[in-house]
Amino acid sequence: MLAIFSKELRSLFLSPLAWSLMIALQLLLAWLFLVQLEQYLEIQPKLAGLENAPGVSALVVAPLLDSAGMIIMLLVPLLTMGMFSRESGSGTLDLLFSSPVSMTAIVMGKYFAVLTLLAIIIIMIALMPFSLLLGTRPDMGSLAAALFALALASAAYAALGIWISSMTKQPAVAAVSSYALLLLLWIINLTGSGESNSLLQQLSLSSHFRRMLGGLVTSADIAYFLLLILTGLVLCIHRIERLRIEG
Amino acid sequence: MQALIRMTDINRFFGQFCAVRNLSLELFQGEILGLLGPNGAGKSTTMRILSGCLGANQGSVQLDGVDLFKAPLQAKRAIGYLPETPPLYHDLTVDEYLGFCAQLKAVKGSGINAALDRAKSLCGLAREGNRLIRNLSKGFQQRVGIAQAIIHTPRVIILDEPTSGLDPNQIIEIRELIRTLGKSHAVILSTHILPEVQSLCDRVLIMNHGRQVFTEYLAQMNERESDGVRIRLSRSPGEAAIAELTGVDSVTPLEENRFSLQLNAACSVEAVVKEIVQRDWGLQELVPDNHNLEQIFYQLTTAEDSNNQY
Repeated sequence: MLAIFSKELRSLFLSPLAWSLMIALQLLLAWLFLVQLEQYLEIQPKLAGLENAPGVSALVVAPLLDSAGMIIMLLVPLLTMGMFSRESGSGTLDLLFSSPVSMTAIVMGKYFAVLTLLAIIIIMIALMPFSLLLGTRPDMGSLAAALFALALASAAYAALGIWISSMTKQPAVAAVSSYALLLLLWIINLTGSGESNSLLQQLSLSSHFRRMLGGLVTSADIAYFLLLILTGLVLCIHRIERLRIEG
Repeated sequence: MQALIRMTDINRFFGQFCAVRNLSLELFQGEILGLLGPNGAGKSTTMRILSGCLGANQGSVQLDGVDLFKAPLQAKRAIGYLPETPPLYHDLTVDEYLGFCAQLKAVKGSGINAALDRAKSLCGLAREGNRLIRNLSKGFQQRVGIAQAIIHTPRVIILDEPTSGLDPNQIIEIRELIRTLGKSHAVILSTHILPEVQSLCDRVLIMNHGRQVFTEYLAQMNERESDGVRIRLSRSPGEAAIAELTGVDSVTPLEENRFSLQLNAACSVEAVVKEIVQRDWGLQELVPDNHNLEQIFYQLTTAEDSNNQY
C-alpha cells in the first residue's frame, strides 16, 4: 500500500493539474477572505454597540470556509477522476492486479494520496483565519470545528470521487459524474418543507457541513461524513474486485 | 518435481461467448512454452487468468503449489506478467517506475537497488534509468515492460507477445534474454511468429476457439518429422519423375519449380540429393522442411474454422 501511496502522491505532484488547482483555490479564497475582512471592518463599529454581537469567527471565518467547502467540492473530482479510469484505460491496472497487493490496499493507497494533498490544501486555507491572530482573538473552538468540518467533507468528496473513477475508462466522464453526485448531495435539501424534507435534510451534505461550520459538532454529523467515506471506499473496492474478476 | 504452473479445467465465459474452454496445462521449471493461435483464440485471456488479472468461471490454477484463487496474494509473488500493452506510467522515469514495481512486488527495501540494476542490465536498459518512459521508443518501452515482469525474480514468467514492436536486432536480444530466463524459470509466451517458437520454446500449445487443439514438445516433433526437404530445380522433370527417385515417399509441388519431398525413413537426404545431381536436374535450393509447425497450425486452425462456420 505504501508503494501505491507514494507513487500516486508523486504522480499528483508531477502533473501540473494539482499545482494549478491549488493556486486557483488559494487565489479565490484569499480574495474572498479579504472581501469578508473589509466588510467586517466596515460594520465593526456598529457591532460594538450590540449585545451578544457576532464576532469575527462568525462573520469572516465561517463564510470563508463555507466557500472553501464549495470550491473544494469542485476541485476534488478533477483530482480523483484519473485515479482508476486512467489506469484501466491505459492497461496499467493489470500491473496492480498481477502484483501481490490486495484490492483494499490499491484503493486505500490511492485514497490516502488524495487525502494527503487535501490536507496540504486545508492547512494552506487554515493559514488565513489563523492570520487573524495577529490582530484579534477569533473563537478558536468554532474555528477548529469549521476546519474539522472542511476536512471531513473533503475526505467524503474524495471517497465518492474515487469510487466514480473506478466505474469508467474516461477521466472526463468520471469528473462529470462525480460533479453530478456531489452537487446533488449538496443541494438535495432544497425542496419545500414537509416530512420528506427532514429525510432529505439528513441526506444533504450542505446541512451537515453548515451545522459543523457554525461551531456545533454532533456525533450525528460526524457519523454522516464517516458513513459517506466508508460507502465510497467499500463500493470502490467492490467495484475494482469485480473489474478484476469479470474483466 | 512439482509443476510451477498447474492449470486444471479452466473455463471462461464473456456473457455467452466462451473464451477459454476446458484448458489444462502443466509447466515445470526450465521449460519455455509457446502459446500459439489465431487472433481471438483465447491466448491473452488464458495468460490473464494465469497472472491473476482475470477470474475464471470454473477450474483452478496453482502457481508454485499455491492456489491462485484461494490465496491470491501469496500466489502472485511467484509471477511476473507482461500484458499485451506494457503497463507503463508515462510520467515516471525508468528508475522510478521499476522502483515502484519492485516495491509493489514485495522486493525488500534493501534489495531494491540490486533488483533494479539486475533487471536493467538484463533488458539492456542500464543507460536509460533517468529517461522518462514517455520519451522512450516503442522497443525500449517493451523492454521496460519485460524488466517489470522479472524485477522480483519470479519463478513463473508470463509474456504476452514480448517481441511485438521490436526491430530485428532487439528481437534477437529479447529472445536471448528469454532463453536465459527459461533455464531457471518457467516461461509462457504467446506470439504470432512461428519461427520464434521453433527457435525458443521447448513446448508448443496451439489454441483455437478457446480450446487446446495441439500440444507437444518440439524435440519430439522435430525427431518425428524431420524427414522432409524442399528443393528447387532449374530443369524440372515434373512431379512424377521426382516421385520415382528411390527413398521418396511423396512429392508436393510448390510454387515455381519448388517441390516438397517426404523421404522414406530409411533413406538419407544425402542419397536423394546425389541422385538428383546425377540426373542433372539443376538443383538450386535445398532446405530442410522444418515448416511442420506452420502446416500443423494452418491445418488445425483453419479446419476448425470451416467446421464452425458452416
